[in-house]
Amino acid sequence: MVTRLKEVDAVMVGMGWTGSIMARELTRAGLQVVGLERGPDMTPAEDFALPGIRDELRYTQRLEMIQDPAMETLTFRHRPSDSALPMRRFGSFLPGNGVGGAANHWGGHTWRFLPTDHVTRSHLVERYGASMIPEGMTVQDWAMSYAELEPYYDKFERLCGVAGQAGNLRGKKIAGGNVFEGARQNDYPTPPLTQNLSGEMFSKTAAELGFNPFPRPTSNCSRPYTNIEGLTLGACQQCGYCDRAGCEANAKAGPHVCVLPVLRADKRFELRSNAWVSRLTYDKAARKVTGVVYTDTRSGEEYEQPAGIVVLSAYVFGNVSLLLHSGIGEPYDPVTQRGSVGRNYCYQLSRFGVTMFFEDKYFNPFIGSPGTQMVIDNFNGDNFDHSGLGFVGGAIISCGHGDGRPISYRPTPAGTPRWGAQWKQATAKWYQHALTLGLSGSNYPNRNNYLSLDPNYKDQLGRPLLRMTYNFVENDYKLAEYCSNKAAEIGRAMNPTIMGKPNVRRGDYDIVPYQSTHNTGGTIMGTDPKTSVVNRYLQSWDADNLFIMGASTFPQQAAYNPTGPLGALTYWSAETIVRDYLKRPGPLVQA
Amino acid sequence: MDDPRARRRFLIGAGTALASGAAAQVAQAQANPAAAHPANDSQTARSTTTPAAATAPAAAGAIATYELLSATEIAFYTAVADQMIPADELSGSGSDCGVVVFIDRQLNGAWGGGAKMYRGGPFRKAKPEYGYQLSLTPREFFAAGVAAVNRWTQATFGHPFDGLTHPQQIQALHDLEGGKAPLQGINPRQFFDALLSLVMEGFFADPMYGGNKDKVSWKMVGFPGLPAFYKDAALQFRGKKYAPAPKSIADFS
Repeated sequence: MVTRLKEVDAVMVGMGWTGSIMARELTRAGLQVVGLERGPDMTPAEDFALPGIRDELRYTQRLEMIQDPAMETLTFRHRPSDSALPMRRFGSFLPGNGVGGAANHWGGHTWRFLPTDHVTRSHLVERYGASMIPEGMTVQDWAMSYAELEPYYDKFERLCGVAGQAGNLRGKKIAGGNVFEGARQNDYPTPPLTQNLSGEMFSKTAAELGFNPFPRPTSNCSRPYTNIEGLTLGACQQCGYCDRAGCEANAKAGPHVCVLPVLRADKRFELRSNAWVSRLTYDKAARKVTGVVYTDTRSGEEYEQPAGIVVLSAYVFGNVSLLLHSGIGEPYDPVTQRGSVGRNYCYQLSRFGVTMFFEDKYFNPFIGSPGTQMVIDNFNGDNFDHSGLGFVGGAIISCGHGDGRPISYRPTPAGTPRWGAQWKQATAKWYQHALTLGLSGSNYPNRNNYLSLDPNYKDQLGRPLLRMTYNFVENDYKLAEYCSNKAAEIGRAMNPTIMGKPNVRRGDYDIVPYQSTHNTGGTIMGTDPKTSVVNRYLQSWDADNLFIMGASTFPQQAAYNPTGPLGALTYWSAETIVRDYLKRPGPLVQA
Repeated sequence: MDDPRARRRFLIGAGTALASGAAAQVAQAQANPAAAHPANDSQTARSTTTPAAATAPAAAGAIATYELLSATEIAFYTAVADQMIPADELSGSGSDCGVVVFIDRQLNGAWGGGAKMYRGGPFRKAKPEYGYQLSLTPREFFAAGVAAVNRWTQATFGHPFDGLTHPQQIQALHDLEGGKAPLQGINPRQFFDALLSLVMEGFFADPMYGGNKDKVSWKMVGFPGLPAFYKDAALQFRGKKYAPAPKSIADFS
């Protein structure tokens, strides 16, 4: 028996970054908004507090803040001809759980995608010709340019207090910043974090080799900062725990620090946690959604929440699976390449760095944050000439410390046993002296990589699990090999005592070791409803009052982490809804 | 306990764990990270129970209490922990540092019971890239693994694992690690990797979980633990070794 509730103006499905920002913008415009969140509510004062937050076993190993796969996970297979098996534990990626979402445990990297990342396909065709795009690579342009999105990138940075150094201020290139970035109207809100010795060593050598190192832009405020909501963030303590845990210093940006205090105080907003949305109600003939159905996980009661506007603001997998569970849009078929829901699922390439040892250097690997790093962009995107290389896309190369937690960080030179007397001696000897050049690579779509519903496995509500069909392709292997070798060249020039081998792998994608929580696609944006799910305002082609936020709208994944554009897109969409849609509800773009 | 050998192993195990008994009891109250929602419940538990942890020596005559492990299992894990983490000038052995108590608490806690795992069928054998695909909880998997290893060493060397000579124990661990040990029903490499991971967690985790007694592993590598406020140290100690005496969660509770 479903209890039907009173209609509200708008409902958010998921209260992480995008749900919080959208709810804030719509309540500001006078709408009555309900925010539904499947997981629990929490507050930094109670839940991100010392001393318990500094617990590597609980947060890093036992994944305290991560979604419970027993509730809902996904199944996985490498290719359409395989049968899928459930991901019984999260590993390769770690979706968040509860109010604040993955932003509670994110590492804070906050990028603007390159101007060419916004026009990936047309740029490649223009520079190299259509034959440059490999067979099966369904790469597309974004539905808006970098210049159009710039004010919203700027706004999101000023919400987060991003620490960084501009490299292109209104067209003027600035040494020490990222000279490859698109023009920005403002510098970063707070200066870069204090770099470690490792970042400085990398930076010096990279500059000597003619590259352009710059501090990684990160949402760990380097000093106290009052954001555009009038909320104050603290200064980052460089504690080295924040990629799996919340921030006790309120220095790491997230909904709890940057948006929710204002939203919680607004009478037009109501937060309902433990509210698990099972489906949207859809009037296909009218091309409208009418609301959502959810289960209160505390009581087991089912409710229907009618709403004028529905915003899907869950993680990538939640957004895609809710469309499929609700019969909205046509599921993608890799054989016919018809249908758009689930299409262009992409990931991010990682685990192909190189580790070195310097016996006379002390790195204090526990000091820092995931953002305390120096980066070069010289081999990212199309910042270098790909002619004759046999692949497209690229990687950022970075160096720094800030995750020296000893259960998971115990580097030893190649050939060291994993246990016993020699292992112990080597672990004690090298803990202070290891340095890794890390890489994060773009991942362009392939027609056989997609999301659909699984025929065998179910979640706790009895719905089919989402099924991921994904594997690396030749473009990925070549990209990783080329960029790893570039990193190794820099590494050798840093003159280590022991030089590691670049970790270049062939072989199938492994879903076990952590790689990155930067899954993208499945509800991608575009200009053609046949190959996209939402238009340039993130409005569904199949229901004009349904808006879909987040990285599920990216046509492909750049080398950069997705949170910056994800925040920018939410502001961009919200502004259009308030300015245009509320006055004249209907399709904002004619297909 | 009819087998005198098992009885002897039990006493050895109990003696080893004696010193860490108090810490272990505390850890018992806190070892269920996944079950500890809402989080403030566990924080309450921590603040009321931690004074004894890791700082106070166990009262004379205190008996180590194991929540879960049998005498045979205690003997097995003691032998394994002491080979993986042998005593030397850097630290005592794995069991001296409380690793077996840690394993007992972890396997008996929420994680051991299968928390944060999807356990719906059907189950099918799969390549390692698909991750763990068994129906067993960690508690069940480890119990089956210990029994399988002991059966194999009994058949091959005439003794359960803990009764082997040290060179035999090292050889047996290499055989497991390399996938060469013919265990019945258990993938030797998979069991070894899980065992290694659990032992290392015990050695390096915060001492409140029963292992890493006196922060011995943190001293060994130079990890300061808490409170980890490095805003100033980041510049002041850039390029210089920063190694204050490590502090644990209990020191701030």
